[in-house]
Amino acid sequence: MRSSSQTPSEFAFQPPRPGEQLIYFEHLTKAFGAKRVYDDMDLDVRAGETLVVMGGSGTGKSVLLKCLIGLLSPDTGRILFQGHDLTRFTEEQFIPVRRHVAMVFQGAALFDSLNVGENVAYPLREHFPDMPADEVRARVAEKLALVDLPNTERLMPSDLSGGMRKRVGLARAIATEPEVILWDEPTTGLDPVTTQSINVLINSMKTRLGCTSIVVTHDMVSAFTVGDRIAMLANRRIVQVGNPREMLHSTVPEVRAFLDARRVELFPGGAR
Amino acid sequence: MTTRQPEVDAAAASGPPSLMDRAKERLESLGALSRMTGQVFSRAVRPPYDWRGLVYHTESLGVRSLPIALLTAMFAGLVISLQFGYFLSRFGVQYTVGRVVILTLFRELAPVLTALTVGARIGSGIAAELGAMTVTEQVDAIRALGADPLRKLVVPRVLACLIVLPVLTVFADVVGLVAGALVVNFQYAITLNLFFQGALDAVLMPDFASGVFKGAVFGLIIGLVGCFRGLTVEGGTEGVGRATTQTVATTSVSVCLADFFITQLTLSL
Repeated sequence: MRSSSQTPSEFAFQPPRPGEQLIYFEHLTKAFGAKRVYDDMDLDVRAGETLVVMGGSGTGKSVLLKCLIGLLSPDTGRILFQGHDLTRFTEEQFIPVRRHVAMVFQGAALFDSLNVGENVAYPLREHFPDMPADEVRARVAEKLALVDLPNTERLMPSDLSGGMRKRVGLARAIATEPEVILWDEPTTGLDPVTTQSINVLINSMKTRLGCTSIVVTHDMVSAFTVGDRIAMLANRRIVQVGNPREMLHSTVPEVRAFLDARRVELFPGGAR
Repeated sequence: MTTRQPEVDAAAASGPPSLMDRAKERLESLGALSRMTGQVFSRAVRPPYDWRGLVYHTESLGVRSLPIALLTAMFAGLVISLQFGYFLSRFGVQYTVGRVVILTLFRELAPVLTALTVGARIGSGIAAELGAMTVTEQVDAIRALGADPLRKLVVPRVLACLIVLPVLTVFADVVGLVAGALVVNFQYAITLNLFFQGALDAVLMPDFASGVFKGAVFGLIIGLVGCFRGLTVEGGTEGVGRATTQTVATTSVSVCLADFFITQLTLSL
Protein backbone atom coordinates (compact mmCIF):
# COMPACT_ATOMS: atom_id res chain seq x y z
CA MET A 1 0.00 0.00 0.00
CA ARG A 2 1.19 3.51 -0.76
CA SER A 3 1.80 5.97 2.02
CA SER A 4 -1.29 7.67 3.43
CA SER A 5 0.68 10.74 4.42
CA GLN A 6 0.08 12.36 1.02
CA THR A 7 -2.10 15.46 1.24
CA PRO A 8 -5.45 15.30 -0.58
CA SER A 9 -4.39 17.94 -3.11
CA GLU A 10 -1.70 15.59 -4.40
CA PHE A 11 -4.25 13.02 -5.52
CA ALA A 12 -3.39 11.44 -8.85
CA PHE A 13 -4.54 8.04 -9.98
CA GLN A 14 -1.74 5.53 -10.53
CA PRO A 15 -2.53 2.57 -12.83
CA PRO A 16 -2.60 -0.38 -10.41
CA ARG A 17 -1.29 -3.90 -11.01
CA PRO A 18 -4.10 -6.48 -11.31
CA GLY A 19 -4.96 -7.96 -7.95
CA GLU A 20 -3.25 -5.14 -6.03
CA GLN A 21 -5.23 -3.67 -3.14
CA LEU A 22 -6.92 -0.58 -4.58
CA ILE A 23 -9.42 0.45 -1.91
CA TYR A 24 -9.47 -0.31 1.78
CA PHE A 25 -12.30 0.49 4.18
CA GLU A 26 -10.56 0.51 7.54
CA HIS A 27 -12.38 0.37 10.91
CA LEU A 28 -15.36 2.19 9.45
CA THR A 29 -18.08 3.42 11.78
CA LYS A 30 -21.21 5.17 10.60
CA ALA A 31 -24.51 6.01 12.27
CA PHE A 32 -27.62 7.91 11.26
CA GLY A 33 -28.93 9.34 14.51
CA ALA A 34 -29.48 6.40 16.83
CA LYS A 35 -29.23 3.84 14.03
CA ARG A 36 -25.72 2.44 13.70
CA VAL A 37 -24.92 1.19 10.20
CA TYR A 38 -21.26 0.16 10.53
CA ASP A 39 -19.32 -0.76 13.59
CA ASP A 40 -15.58 -1.17 13.05
CA MET A 41 -16.13 -2.50 9.53
CA ASP A 42 -13.20 -3.56 7.33
CA LEU A 43 -13.20 -4.43 3.63
CA ASP A 44 -10.63 -4.36 0.86
CA VAL A 45 -11.14 -4.11 -2.90
CA ARG A 46 -8.54 -5.37 -5.36
CA ALA A 47 -7.71 -3.87 -8.74
CA GLY A 48 -9.54 -5.44 -11.67
CA GLU A 49 -11.99 -7.49 -9.63
CA THR A 50 -15.75 -7.34 -9.34
CA LEU A 51 -16.54 -7.32 -5.64
CA VAL A 52 -20.16 -7.87 -4.73
CA VAL A 53 -21.37 -6.55 -1.39
CA MET A 54 -24.43 -8.54 -0.45
CA GLY A 55 -26.80 -7.96 2.41
CA GLY A 56 -30.39 -7.41 3.40
CA SER A 57 -32.35 -4.22 2.93
CA GLY A 58 -31.27 -1.39 5.23
CA THR A 59 -27.92 -2.94 6.14
CA GLY A 60 -26.00 -0.02 4.65
CA LYS A 61 -24.82 -1.43 1.32
CA SER A 62 -25.45 1.78 -0.60
CA VAL A 63 -23.95 3.83 2.24
CA LEU A 64 -20.65 2.07 1.58
CA LEU A 65 -20.58 3.29 -2.03
CA LYS A 66 -21.67 6.79 -1.05
CA CYS A 67 -18.90 6.99 1.55
CA LEU A 68 -16.36 5.92 -1.06
CA ILE A 69 -17.41 8.56 -3.57
CA GLY A 70 -17.75 11.27 -0.91
CA LEU A 71 -21.53 11.68 -0.91
CA LEU A 72 -21.53 10.64 2.76
CA SER A 73 -18.79 10.74 5.38
CA PRO A 74 -18.07 7.94 7.82
CA ASP A 75 -18.07 8.90 11.51
CA THR A 76 -14.71 7.28 12.19
CA GLY A 77 -12.27 5.07 10.30
CA ARG A 78 -10.50 5.58 7.01
CA ILE A 79 -11.21 4.89 3.36
CA LEU A 80 -7.91 4.43 1.57
CA PHE A 81 -7.89 4.74 -2.21
CA GLN A 82 -4.42 3.94 -3.49
CA GLY A 83 -3.17 5.04 -0.10
CA HIS A 84 -5.04 8.35 -0.07
CA ASP A 85 -7.31 8.75 2.93
CA LEU A 86 -10.54 9.92 1.29
CA THR A 87 -12.16 10.75 4.64
CA ARG A 88 -9.82 13.76 4.84
CA PHE A 89 -10.83 15.08 1.42
CA THR A 90 -12.95 18.20 1.04
CA GLU A 91 -15.74 18.39 -1.54
CA GLU A 92 -13.39 20.19 -3.93
CA GLN A 93 -10.62 17.65 -3.43
CA PHE A 94 -13.05 14.85 -4.25
CA ILE A 95 -13.61 16.12 -7.80
CA PRO A 96 -10.51 14.44 -9.34
CA VAL A 97 -11.38 11.24 -7.44
CA ARG A 98 -14.83 11.27 -9.06
CA ARG A 99 -13.24 11.24 -12.50
CA HIS A 100 -11.74 7.85 -11.66
CA VAL A 101 -14.59 6.47 -9.54
CA ALA A 102 -18.04 6.56 -11.13
CA MET A 103 -21.36 5.48 -9.74
CA VAL A 104 -24.38 3.90 -11.40
CA PHE A 105 -27.33 4.84 -9.19
CA GLN A 106 -30.14 2.50 -8.20
CA GLY A 107 -32.80 4.43 -10.11
CA ALA A 108 -30.24 5.60 -12.70
CA ALA A 109 -30.69 9.21 -11.44
CA LEU A 110 -30.82 10.60 -14.96
CA PHE A 111 -31.44 14.34 -15.18
CA ASP A 112 -35.07 14.66 -16.27
CA SER A 113 -34.56 18.00 -17.97
CA LEU A 114 -31.72 16.75 -20.20
CA ASN A 115 -31.95 14.28 -23.08
CA VAL A 116 -29.91 11.07 -23.17
CA GLY A 117 -27.03 12.65 -25.07
CA GLU A 118 -26.81 15.61 -22.67
CA ASN A 119 -26.96 13.25 -19.70
CA VAL A 120 -24.01 11.22 -20.99
CA ALA A 121 -22.10 14.37 -21.93
CA TYR A 122 -22.61 15.89 -18.46
CA PRO A 123 -19.50 14.46 -16.73
CA LEU A 124 -17.38 15.23 -19.80
CA ARG A 125 -18.35 18.90 -19.67
CA GLU A 126 -17.60 18.98 -15.93
CA HIS A 127 -14.28 17.15 -15.93
CA PHE A 128 -13.03 18.25 -19.36
CA PRO A 129 -14.50 21.74 -19.95
CA ASP A 130 -12.11 22.32 -22.85
CA MET A 131 -13.06 19.17 -24.75
CA PRO A 132 -14.26 20.14 -28.26
CA ALA A 133 -17.98 19.64 -28.94
CA ASP A 134 -17.25 17.13 -31.74
CA GLU A 135 -15.19 14.99 -29.40
CA VAL A 136 -17.90 15.14 -26.74
CA ARG A 137 -20.48 14.01 -29.31
CA ALA A 138 -18.21 11.18 -30.49
CA ARG A 139 -17.52 10.04 -26.92
CA VAL A 140 -21.26 10.09 -26.11
CA ALA A 141 -22.08 8.02 -29.20
CA GLU A 142 -19.28 5.56 -28.37
CA LYS A 143 -20.46 5.04 -24.79
CA LEU A 144 -24.11 4.66 -25.83
CA ALA A 145 -23.06 2.06 -28.41
CA LEU A 146 -21.10 0.27 -25.69
CA VAL A 147 -24.27 -0.16 -23.62
CA ASP A 148 -26.25 -1.25 -26.71
CA LEU A 149 -28.22 1.96 -27.02
CA PRO A 150 -26.86 3.52 -30.22
CA ASN A 151 -28.55 6.61 -31.70
CA THR A 152 -30.65 7.34 -28.62
CA GLU A 153 -29.09 10.74 -27.89
CA ARG A 154 -32.27 12.69 -28.55
CA LEU A 155 -34.58 10.59 -26.37
CA MET A 156 -35.69 12.01 -23.03
CA PRO A 157 -35.31 9.93 -19.83
CA SER A 158 -39.11 9.71 -19.59
CA ASP A 159 -39.12 7.83 -22.93
CA LEU A 160 -36.91 5.03 -21.56
CA SER A 161 -37.73 1.73 -19.86
CA GLY A 162 -36.14 0.79 -16.51
CA GLY A 163 -33.44 -1.30 -18.16
CA MET A 164 -32.65 1.40 -20.72
CA ARG A 165 -32.38 4.01 -17.96
CA LYS A 166 -29.83 1.82 -16.15
CA ARG A 167 -27.87 1.49 -19.37
CA VAL A 168 -27.87 5.24 -19.94
CA GLY A 169 -26.82 5.65 -16.30
CA LEU A 170 -23.91 3.33 -17.02
CA ALA A 171 -23.01 5.16 -20.25
CA ARG A 172 -22.94 8.41 -18.26
CA ALA A 173 -20.82 6.80 -15.52
CA ILE A 174 -18.23 5.45 -17.98
CA ALA A 175 -18.09 8.60 -20.12
CA THR A 176 -14.94 9.78 -18.33
CA GLU A 177 -13.46 6.28 -18.60
CA PRO A 178 -13.19 5.68 -14.86
CA GLU A 179 -11.11 2.91 -13.34
CA VAL A 180 -13.69 2.03 -10.68
CA ILE A 181 -17.43 1.62 -11.22
CA LEU A 182 -19.82 1.52 -8.26
CA TRP A 183 -23.10 -0.24 -8.97
CA ASP A 184 -25.94 0.48 -6.57
CA GLU A 185 -28.54 -2.31 -6.80
CA PRO A 186 -28.14 -2.60 -10.59
CA THR A 187 -30.84 -5.24 -11.08
CA THR A 188 -33.44 -4.16 -8.54
CA GLY A 189 -36.89 -3.80 -10.08
CA LEU A 190 -35.95 -5.33 -13.42
CA ASP A 191 -37.46 -8.37 -15.09
CA PRO A 192 -35.29 -11.55 -15.31
CA VAL A 193 -34.30 -11.00 -18.96
CA THR A 194 -33.27 -7.40 -18.38
CA THR A 195 -31.53 -8.45 -15.16
CA GLN A 196 -29.47 -10.95 -17.12
CA SER A 197 -28.57 -8.33 -19.73
CA ILE A 198 -27.38 -6.00 -16.96
CA ASN A 199 -25.28 -8.83 -15.49
CA VAL A 200 -23.73 -9.39 -18.91
CA LEU A 201 -23.05 -5.67 -19.12
CA ILE A 202 -21.30 -5.63 -15.72
CA ASN A 203 -19.09 -8.51 -16.81
CA SER A 204 -18.37 -6.87 -20.16
CA MET A 205 -17.23 -3.66 -18.41
CA LYS A 206 -14.52 -5.72 -16.72
CA THR A 207 -13.37 -7.47 -19.88
CA ARG A 208 -13.69 -4.52 -22.28
CA LEU A 209 -12.61 -1.64 -20.04
CA GLY A 210 -10.59 -3.46 -17.39
CA CYS A 211 -12.59 -1.69 -14.66
CA THR A 212 -12.74 -2.58 -11.01
CA SER A 213 -16.37 -2.87 -9.95
CA ILE A 214 -18.09 -2.80 -6.60
CA VAL A 215 -21.65 -4.06 -6.89
CA VAL A 216 -24.06 -3.80 -3.99
CA THR A 217 -27.10 -6.00 -4.31
CA HIS A 218 -29.42 -8.35 -2.50
CA ASP A 219 -30.02 -10.24 -5.75
CA MET A 220 -28.11 -13.48 -5.20
CA VAL A 221 -28.32 -14.68 -8.80
CA SER A 222 -26.74 -11.44 -9.91
CA ALA A 223 -24.15 -11.63 -7.12
CA PHE A 224 -23.03 -15.12 -8.11
CA THR A 225 -23.09 -14.27 -11.82
CA VAL A 226 -20.88 -11.18 -11.71
CA GLY A 227 -18.85 -11.48 -8.51
CA ASP A 228 -15.18 -12.51 -8.39
CA ARG A 229 -15.50 -12.13 -4.63
CA ILE A 230 -18.59 -11.67 -2.52
CA ALA A 231 -18.69 -9.83 0.81
CA MET A 232 -21.62 -10.38 3.15
CA LEU A 233 -22.68 -7.31 5.13
CA ALA A 234 -24.68 -8.11 8.24
CA ASN A 235 -24.84 -6.89 11.82
CA ARG A 236 -22.99 -3.68 10.93
CA ARG A 237 -19.87 -5.34 9.53
CA ILE A 238 -18.58 -7.71 6.87
CA VAL A 239 -19.17 -11.18 8.26
CA GLN A 240 -17.47 -13.07 5.41
CA VAL A 241 -15.63 -12.38 2.16
CA GLY A 242 -14.88 -15.11 -0.34
CA ASN A 243 -15.24 -16.29 -3.89
CA PRO A 244 -18.69 -17.50 -5.00
CA ARG A 245 -17.83 -21.17 -4.29
CA GLU A 246 -16.64 -20.36 -0.74
CA MET A 247 -19.77 -18.32 -0.09
CA LEU A 248 -22.03 -21.05 -1.44
CA HIS A 249 -20.58 -23.50 1.07
CA SER A 250 -20.32 -20.99 3.90
CA THR A 251 -21.14 -22.01 7.44
CA VAL A 252 -21.41 -18.42 8.70
CA PRO A 253 -24.99 -18.15 10.05
CA GLU A 254 -25.76 -14.79 8.40
CA VAL A 255 -24.59 -16.04 4.99
CA ARG A 256 -26.41 -19.34 5.37
CA ALA A 257 -29.61 -17.56 6.39
CA PHE A 258 -29.39 -15.39 3.27
CA LEU A 259 -28.70 -18.34 0.95
CA ASP A 260 -31.40 -20.53 2.48
CA ALA A 261 -33.99 -17.76 2.34
CA ARG A 262 -33.32 -17.39 -1.37
CA ARG A 263 -33.62 -21.15 -1.89
CA VAL A 264 -37.01 -21.16 -0.14
CA GLU A 265 -38.06 -18.21 -2.28
CA LEU A 266 -37.13 -20.05 -5.50
CA PHE A 267 -38.40 -23.48 -4.46
CA PRO A 268 -41.18 -22.96 -1.89
CA GLY A 269 -42.09 -26.68 -1.93
CA GLY A 270 -38.54 -27.69 -0.98
CA ALA A 271 -35.40 -27.65 -3.10
CA ARG A 272 -34.08 -30.92 -4.51
CA MET B 1 -18.21 -15.54 15.46
CA THR B 2 -20.56 -13.72 17.82
CA THR B 3 -23.90 -12.53 16.59
CA ARG B 4 -24.78 -9.12 17.97
CA GLN B 5 -28.28 -8.24 19.02
CA PRO B 6 -30.12 -5.92 16.65
CA GLU B 7 -29.97 -2.31 17.73
CA VAL B 8 -33.15 -0.91 19.26
CA ASP B 9 -34.19 2.18 17.36
CA ALA B 10 -33.86 4.78 20.10
CA ALA B 11 -35.78 7.38 18.13
CA ALA B 12 -38.76 5.07 17.76
CA ALA B 13 -38.62 4.00 21.38
CA SER B 14 -38.47 7.50 22.84
CA GLY B 15 -41.81 8.68 21.38
CA PRO B 16 -42.55 12.07 19.78
CA PRO B 17 -39.81 14.74 20.01
CA SER B 18 -40.00 17.14 22.94
CA LEU B 19 -40.40 20.91 22.59
CA MET B 20 -36.68 21.26 23.32
CA ASP B 21 -35.79 18.81 20.57
CA ARG B 22 -37.98 20.63 18.09
CA ALA B 23 -36.47 24.00 19.04
CA LYS B 24 -33.00 22.51 18.63
CA GLU B 25 -34.00 21.10 15.25
CA ARG B 26 -35.29 24.51 14.12
CA LEU B 27 -32.09 26.22 15.25
CA GLU B 28 -29.96 23.64 13.45
CA SER B 29 -32.06 24.16 10.34
CA LEU B 30 -31.57 27.93 10.60
CA GLY B 31 -27.84 27.40 11.01
CA ALA B 32 -27.72 25.16 7.94
CA LEU B 33 -29.70 27.74 5.93
CA SER B 34 -27.28 30.49 7.01
CA ARG B 35 -24.33 28.31 6.01
CA MET B 36 -25.91 27.61 2.63
CA THR B 37 -26.54 31.34 2.13
CA GLY B 38 -22.85 32.05 2.66
CA GLN B 39 -21.85 29.27 0.27
CA VAL B 40 -24.28 30.53 -2.38
CA PHE B 41 -22.89 34.06 -2.21
CA SER B 42 -19.29 32.87 -2.36
CA ARG B 43 -20.11 30.82 -5.49
CA ALA B 44 -22.22 33.55 -7.08
CA VAL B 45 -19.33 36.03 -7.15
CA ARG B 46 -16.71 33.58 -8.42
CA PRO B 47 -16.52 32.32 -12.03
CA PRO B 48 -17.60 30.31 -13.93
CA TYR B 49 -20.94 32.10 -14.24
CA ASP B 50 -23.94 30.15 -15.51
CA TRP B 51 -25.52 32.87 -17.68
CA ARG B 52 -27.69 30.39 -19.58
CA GLY B 53 -29.11 28.98 -16.35
CA LEU B 54 -29.73 32.47 -15.00
CA VAL B 55 -31.60 33.59 -18.14
CA TYR B 56 -33.60 30.34 -18.22
CA HIS B 57 -34.71 30.60 -14.59
CA THR B 58 -35.37 34.35 -14.78
CA GLU B 59 -37.64 33.70 -17.74
CA SER B 60 -39.33 30.64 -16.29
CA LEU B 61 -39.86 32.13 -12.82
CA GLY B 62 -40.53 35.71 -13.89
CA VAL B 63 -42.54 35.66 -17.10
CA ARG B 64 -44.78 32.84 -15.91
CA SER B 65 -45.45 34.68 -12.64
CA LEU B 66 -46.40 37.90 -14.40
CA PRO B 67 -50.17 37.18 -14.76
CA ILE B 68 -50.67 36.35 -11.07
CA ALA B 69 -48.53 39.32 -9.98
CA LEU B 70 -50.44 41.76 -12.20
CA LEU B 71 -53.83 40.36 -11.24
CA THR B 72 -53.02 40.69 -7.55
CA ALA B 73 -51.69 44.22 -8.04
CA MET B 74 -54.74 45.25 -10.04
CA PHE B 75 -57.19 44.13 -7.38
CA ALA B 76 -55.03 45.60 -4.60
CA GLY B 77 -55.05 48.93 -6.46
CA LEU B 78 -58.81 48.76 -7.00
CA VAL B 79 -59.63 47.92 -3.40
CA ILE B 80 -57.35 50.41 -1.65
CA SER B 81 -58.45 53.19 -4.01
CA LEU B 82 -62.07 52.45 -3.27
CA GLN B 83 -61.42 52.30 0.46
CA PHE B 84 -59.29 55.43 0.65
CA GLY B 85 -61.63 57.29 -1.71
CA TYR B 86 -64.55 56.48 0.58
CA PHE B 87 -62.81 57.50 3.81
CA LEU B 88 -61.12 60.60 2.43
CA SER B 89 -64.42 61.79 0.97
CA ARG B 90 -65.82 61.80 4.51
CA PHE B 91 -63.32 64.53 5.32
CA GLY B 92 -63.79 66.26 1.99
CA VAL B 93 -60.26 65.57 0.83
CA GLN B 94 -60.95 62.83 -1.70
CA TYR B 95 -58.72 64.65 -4.20
CA THR B 96 -55.72 63.44 -2.15
CA VAL B 97 -56.54 59.79 -2.86
CA GLY B 98 -53.78 59.53 -5.50
CA ARG B 99 -51.15 60.51 -2.93
CA VAL B 100 -52.31 57.96 -0.38
CA VAL B 101 -52.69 55.18 -2.92
CA ILE B 102 -49.28 55.63 -4.49
CA LEU B 103 -47.49 55.69 -1.14
CA THR B 104 -49.36 52.64 0.13
CA LEU B 105 -48.73 50.75 -3.08
CA PHE B 106 -45.10 51.68 -3.64
CA ARG B 107 -43.91 51.33 -0.07
CA GLU B 108 -45.96 48.40 1.11
CA LEU B 109 -48.63 46.64 -0.86
CA ALA B 110 -46.91 46.02 -4.19
CA PRO B 111 -43.75 44.39 -2.78
CA VAL B 112 -45.50 42.47 0.01
CA LEU B 113 -48.46 41.18 -1.98
CA THR B 114 -46.19 40.25 -4.89
CA ALA B 115 -43.88 38.38 -2.53
CA LEU B 116 -46.74 36.57 -0.82
CA THR B 117 -48.54 35.46 -3.98
CA VAL B 118 -45.71 35.05 -6.46
CA GLY B 119 -43.31 33.96 -3.73
CA ALA B 120 -45.57 31.10 -2.70
CA ARG B 121 -45.73 29.98 -6.30
CA ILE B 122 -42.01 30.34 -7.02
CA GLY B 123 -40.76 29.07 -3.66
CA SER B 124 -42.96 25.98 -3.59
CA GLY B 125 -42.11 25.28 -7.24
CA ILE B 126 -38.38 25.42 -6.50
CA ALA B 127 -38.78 23.26 -3.38
CA ALA B 128 -40.81 20.67 -5.30
CA GLU B 129 -38.37 20.54 -8.22
CA LEU B 130 -35.23 20.28 -6.11
CA GLY B 131 -36.99 17.97 -3.65
CA ALA B 132 -37.90 15.57 -6.47
CA MET B 133 -34.29 15.73 -7.69
CA THR B 134 -33.07 14.99 -4.17
CA VAL B 135 -35.27 11.93 -3.61
CA THR B 136 -34.44 10.50 -7.05
CA GLU B 137 -30.70 10.92 -6.27
CA GLN B 138 -30.20 13.43 -9.09
CA VAL B 139 -28.55 15.84 -6.66
CA ASP B 140 -26.20 13.06 -5.53
CA ALA B 141 -25.56 12.29 -9.20
CA ILE B 142 -24.55 15.91 -9.86
CA ARG B 143 -21.94 15.61 -7.10
CA ALA B 144 -20.84 12.15 -8.19
CA LEU B 145 -20.29 13.45 -11.73
CA GLY B 146 -17.92 16.12 -10.49
CA ALA B 147 -20.23 19.13 -10.37
CA ASP B 148 -21.39 21.33 -7.52
CA PRO B 149 -25.18 21.26 -6.84
CA LEU B 150 -25.07 24.69 -5.19
CA ARG B 151 -23.48 26.22 -8.27
CA LYS B 152 -25.64 24.26 -10.73
CA LEU B 153 -29.01 24.35 -9.00
CA VAL B 154 -29.11 26.96 -6.27
CA VAL B 155 -27.11 29.97 -7.52
CA PRO B 156 -29.10 30.50 -10.77
CA ARG B 157 -32.44 30.10 -9.00
CA VAL B 158 -31.59 32.43 -6.12
CA LEU B 159 -30.17 35.08 -8.48
CA ALA B 160 -33.25 34.73 -10.71
CA CYS B 161 -35.50 35.34 -7.68
CA LEU B 162 -33.34 38.33 -6.75
CA ILE B 163 -33.95 39.80 -10.23
CA VAL B 164 -37.56 38.73 -10.73
CA LEU B 165 -39.17 39.99 -7.52
CA PRO B 166 -38.06 43.67 -7.82
CA VAL B 167 -39.07 43.72 -11.50
CA LEU B 168 -42.48 42.24 -10.71
CA THR B 169 -42.81 44.79 -7.88
CA VAL B 170 -42.31 47.64 -10.38
CA PHE B 171 -44.92 46.12 -12.70
CA ALA B 172 -47.27 45.75 -9.73
CA ASP B 173 -46.68 49.42 -8.82
CA VAL B 174 -47.74 50.56 -12.28
CA VAL B 175 -50.72 48.23 -12.70
CA GLY B 176 -52.02 48.88 -9.17
CA LEU B 177 -51.77 52.63 -9.66
CA VAL B 178 -53.53 52.61 -13.03
CA ALA B 179 -56.29 50.35 -11.70
CA GLY B 180 -56.71 52.67 -8.70
CA ALA B 181 -56.88 55.75 -10.90
CA LEU B 182 -59.56 54.21 -13.09
CA VAL B 183 -61.77 53.09 -10.22
CA VAL B 184 -61.73 56.44 -8.36
CA ASN B 185 -62.39 58.18 -11.65
CA PHE B 186 -65.47 56.03 -12.13
CA GLN B 187 -66.61 55.92 -8.50
CA TYR B 188 -65.71 59.37 -7.13
CA ALA B 189 -65.39 61.39 -10.34
CA ILE B 190 -61.75 62.24 -9.61
CA THR B 191 -60.06 62.92 -12.93
CA LEU B 192 -57.09 60.86 -13.99
CA ASN B 193 -55.08 64.07 -14.24
CA LEU B 194 -55.85 65.05 -10.65
CA PHE B 195 -55.13 61.52 -9.40
CA PHE B 196 -51.76 61.21 -11.11
CA GLN B 197 -50.75 64.82 -10.41
CA GLY B 198 -51.36 64.28 -6.70
CA ALA B 199 -49.65 60.91 -6.78
CA LEU B 200 -46.52 62.15 -8.51
CA ASP B 201 -46.32 65.21 -6.26
CA ALA B 202 -46.43 63.01 -3.18
CA VAL B 203 -44.06 60.24 -4.09
CA LEU B 204 -40.31 60.55 -3.61
CA MET B 205 -37.56 58.39 -5.01
CA PRO B 206 -36.90 56.73 -1.60
CA ASP B 207 -40.54 55.60 -1.50
CA PHE B 208 -40.13 53.84 -4.82
CA ALA B 209 -36.65 52.52 -3.98
CA SER B 210 -37.84 51.19 -0.63
CA GLY B 211 -40.44 49.00 -2.37
CA VAL B 212 -37.96 47.74 -4.94
CA PHE B 213 -35.41 47.02 -2.20
CA LYS B 214 -38.05 45.07 -0.29
CA GLY B 215 -38.77 43.10 -3.47
CA ALA B 216 -35.08 42.17 -3.78
CA VAL B 217 -34.84 41.04 -0.15
CA PHE B 218 -38.07 39.06 -0.44
CA GLY B 219 -36.78 37.47 -3.64
CA LEU B 220 -33.61 36.42 -1.88
CA ILE B 221 -35.60 34.91 1.00
CA ILE B 222 -37.94 33.04 -1.37
CA GLY B 223 -35.09 31.64 -3.47
CA LEU B 224 -32.96 30.57 -0.53
CA VAL B 225 -35.82 29.01 1.46
CA GLY B 226 -37.19 27.16 -1.59
CA CYS B 227 -33.76 25.77 -2.50
CA PHE B 228 -32.92 24.87 1.10
CA ARG B 229 -36.19 23.04 1.67
CA GLY B 230 -35.80 21.20 -1.63
CA LEU B 231 -32.24 20.07 -0.99
CA THR B 232 -32.97 18.91 2.55
CA VAL B 233 -35.99 16.78 1.69
CA GLU B 234 -36.18 13.52 3.60
CA GLY B 235 -38.73 10.74 3.37
CA GLY B 236 -39.38 10.28 -0.34
CA THR B 237 -42.31 11.83 -2.18
CA GLU B 238 -44.14 12.49 1.09
CA GLY B 239 -41.15 14.59 2.10
CA VAL B 240 -41.40 16.58 -1.13
CA GLY B 241 -45.02 17.47 -0.33
CA ARG B 242 -44.01 18.48 3.20
CA ALA B 243 -41.16 20.62 1.88
CA THR B 244 -43.42 22.55 -0.49
CA THR B 245 -45.97 23.41 2.21
CA GLN B 246 -43.19 24.29 4.65
CA THR B 247 -41.70 26.58 2.01
CA VAL B 248 -44.96 28.51 1.63
CA ALA B 249 -45.31 28.86 5.41
CA THR B 250 -41.67 29.82 5.97
CA THR B 251 -41.49 32.33 3.12
CA SER B 252 -44.79 33.98 4.14
CA VAL B 253 -43.67 34.44 7.76
CA SER B 254 -40.16 35.49 6.73
CA VAL B 255 -41.51 38.05 4.24
CA CYS B 256 -43.75 39.61 6.92
CA LEU B 257 -40.87 39.69 9.42
CA ALA B 258 -38.44 41.14 6.91
CA ASP B 259 -41.05 43.70 5.85
CA PHE B 260 -41.29 45.01 9.41
CA PHE B 261 -37.53 45.39 9.81
CA ILE B 262 -36.96 46.89 6.36
CA THR B 263 -39.78 49.39 6.97
CA GLN B 264 -38.18 50.35 10.29
CA LEU B 265 -34.83 50.72 8.56
CA THR B 266 -36.04 52.74 5.57
CA LEU B 267 -38.14 55.07 7.72
CA SER B 268 -35.19 55.79 9.97
CA LEU B 269 -32.91 56.72 7.06
